[in-house]
Amino acid sequence: MMPGGGRCAACKYLRRRCPSDCIFSHYFPANDPQRFVCVHKIYGASNVAKMLQQLPANLQAEAADSLSFEARHRVEDPVYGCVGIIHRLHEQIHNAETQLARTQAQLSVFISTRID
Amino acid sequence: MASSSSYNSPCAACKFLRRKCMPGCIFAPYFPPEEPQKFANVHKIFGASNVTKLLNELLPHQREDAVNSLAYEAEARVRDPVYGCVGAISFLQRQVQRLQKELDAANADLIRFACNEIPTALPAPPGVSSIQPMAPRQRPVEFSRRMGNEGDAFYQPSAYSHPYILPWSDNPSGDTNDGGGEGNNM
Repeated sequence: MMPGGGRCAACKYLRRRCPSDCIFSHYFPANDPQRFVCVHKIYGASNVAKMLQQLPANLQAEAADSLSFEARHRVEDPVYGCVGIIHRLHEQIHNAETQLARTQAQLSVFISTRID
Repeated sequence: MASSSSYNSPCAACKFLRRKCMPGCIFAPYFPPEEPQKFANVHKIFGASNVTKLLNELLPHQREDAVNSLAYEAEARVRDPVYGCVGAISFLQRQVQRLQKELDAANADLIRFACNEIPTALPAPPGVSSIQPMAPRQRPVEFSRRMGNEGDAFYQPSAYSHPYILPWSDNPSGDTNDGGGEGNNM
């Protein structure tokens, strides 16, 4: 149950009473309904509850955040989800390393020219 | 694309779910019986019915990539129940930021060398025209062309402005970068 007695986004969506020990209430506040909609669509409420309950309390918030992040990106990109981001980052790293190698090679030319 | 024929053996999904693998099983092309862990992870994290729903919303030619990316995410989540593959994103973003800094520093050094070389062009040797092609002068042009982005998408600031804003803004330990997990300053 949320502070003030209201239901969390999960219990509102699932149309049920929000118990005082609701696992979702801390991480899926009523003012952000879309956050729960995404995780429910991708993982299912019972899966999310299971995953959170298996973690120590001090890690549950970050787990809920990362699950929301992945779910949101999967909804936006149903084929690749946030794996698409990983691919793009790998590409950026490869391009950067190539460019860095080129630039360092140019620098070596300058340095060797000046020594001469 | 692996295809598990029900004539031979059920796909990994139907084996896991202990059901008959029917012709046209939606999982069969993507979960071969030789890779039981792939479906086990996907089932654990997403659930079979959610995966079915996701695949049914996609065109057939998109499903293999979708299953492989779901399998990747599921495996990452099984290994790291707190961060899943978001942990990998965070790590890669920090690498990109570190490389960007190195590249900026290398390019700054290059500018310094290029600028210093122009006024110190070597005098013409005797017998040769005093009008020498200023070879170092070419370099700033080439360099500025590179700076202006020859099409290398990496150096465009806009390539870094993708909003990979991670849900936490802690500064990764050991990094001097102030951007932390925020993607805006990539």
